[in-house]
Amino acid sequence: MDKIEQNMLEQVAGLHEVPAGAYNIRSNGKMAGRNTTANIDIITKEDKQGIDIRIKPGTKRESVHIPVILSESGYQEMVYNDFYIGEDCDVTIIAGCGIHNCGVDTSKHDGIHTFYIGKNAKVRYVEKHYGEGDGNGENIMNPQTIVYCDENARLEMETTQIKGIDSTNRITKGELKAGASLEVKEKIMTHGKQYARTEFEVDLNGENCSANVISRSVARDASKQEFFSKINGNASCAGHSECDAIIMDDAIVTASPQLTANHVDAGLIHEAAIGKIAGEQLIKLMTLGLTEEEAEAQIISGFLK
Amino acid sequence: MLELKNISYEVEDDQESREILKNINLTINDHFVAVTGPNGGGKSTLAKIIAGIIRPTSGQILLDGKDITDLNITERANAGISYAFQQPVHFKGLTVKDLVSLAAGRKMTVSEICEILSEVGLCAKEYIDREINNSLSGGELKRIEIAMITARGTKLSIFDEPEAGIDLWSFNSLIHVFERMRREINGMILIISHQERILNIADQIVLIADGLVSAFGSKEEIMPKLLNTEGACSALTEKVQ
Repeated sequence: MDKIEQNMLEQVAGLHEVPAGAYNIRSNGKMAGRNTTANIDIITKEDKQGIDIRIKPGTKRESVHIPVILSESGYQEMVYNDFYIGEDCDVTIIAGCGIHNCGVDTSKHDGIHTFYIGKNAKVRYVEKHYGEGDGNGENIMNPQTIVYCDENARLEMETTQIKGIDSTNRITKGELKAGASLEVKEKIMTHGKQYARTEFEVDLNGENCSANVISRSVARDASKQEFFSKINGNASCAGHSECDAIIMDDAIVTASPQLTANHVDAGLIHEAAIGKIAGEQLIKLMTLGLTEEEAEAQIISGFLK
Repeated sequence: MLELKNISYEVEDDQESREILKNINLTINDHFVAVTGPNGGGKSTLAKIIAGIIRPTSGQILLDGKDITDLNITERANAGISYAFQQPVHFKGLTVKDLVSLAAGRKMTVSEICEILSEVGLCAKEYIDREINNSLSGGELKRIEIAMITARGTKLSIFDEPEAGIDLWSFNSLIHVFERMRREINGMILIISHQERILNIADQIVLIADGLVSAFGSKEEIMPKLLNTEGACSALTEKVQ
């Protein structure tokens, strides 16, 4: 693995070396490394691109890293990764995609991650998207996450895209059974002429299930962001979504929430706020000795922390 | 030493110009100076003018003999002025640790932050990683605001009504913070307040009413005036009577 690829791995998965536990590293469409454990198996799909990750029931405190790297300019792929997580598991899954494009062609990674989470299992899912390159080629990523939570299953998802992705359409869909919960934290920053679209759709089907979607984003320069969220309360359940955006320069931000209660005991809330950095925040930090630019940088990095 | 020379501040209000401060002349050279007077008299405007947040229409400001009138907020902060807001600002994502470190201008260890927070009566364990948002009470935010000022330790610290927006219980413990600050901090403390207990520990009191310095002197001179001047400081008068 060369320096560029190592840097990508660090950016998207925080990896400096081969991770402990199970992993599968995909580089320019090929497997660049894999490890399985007694409880976690990784199997290459035969009918299409991608892998199946199977985690045995009762697996606790184990992790799986599945980073993807694209460093050949113009490489385009569509990958299907399916996660089968057994009952009573407590595991962390770290995905992520880094594109290094120093050519003129468009590099593109479309990934569909489907989670089947067994009863009472708890999963923390972290994904980071990162792009770089000094060419004119565009970096495009369209990640899809589809979640099926069985009774009392819980998924905490953290998804981050801070830099270098020219166009993205991020789709997250969930179906929850009784007692299940889904928590999504999204952080996005766009600049230049980038475009980011986020779409959440969650069906709260079981008694006492819940979803909480929190999106924080910063749109700078002439970038454009769109946030759509649909929460359908089909049982006695709780749903909350929150879209909080800082808008700068000539950026455009749309937040479009949709709540549907199909049950009298569905409690659904949406909060959306779009605005520039508050003047008093800048002034406060300037009274501590920061310049206006330093104050702005601190506010943004705190907001997206 | 802080010198204000002929400071005036006018605003356009419904196409009429209104004078908020009228030719203020003031030299502050004492350790602990309280500024008091009726609401709307121009106290906060004066504090903001000293911190550089508001530019005066005319006049000159000198800090230790150096003209700072044309310095911006950042430059004045770096020249040694700190300003605690009357209404602390919320920051989504920034924590107590972040802000205290930014105030100190360097990375601080947990034990250093702990020391600063304990001075304002906050347990570091509980607060260090808390976000500066509306999950904190008014009293907690005020204490954090004060902690930032002590972390800076500049030659002039301005506090704009530290008692505003907090309950009496919180204020009673906050007064000890100022008593200790009076004993321990070097440099000048300028505190806008209506509270008798704050005025009582002041070396000098400035009474500002209707945009003018209507009295300036030791507390022995000023306190009787405050209580006898009708409308001068109704909050204080009522409290004492």
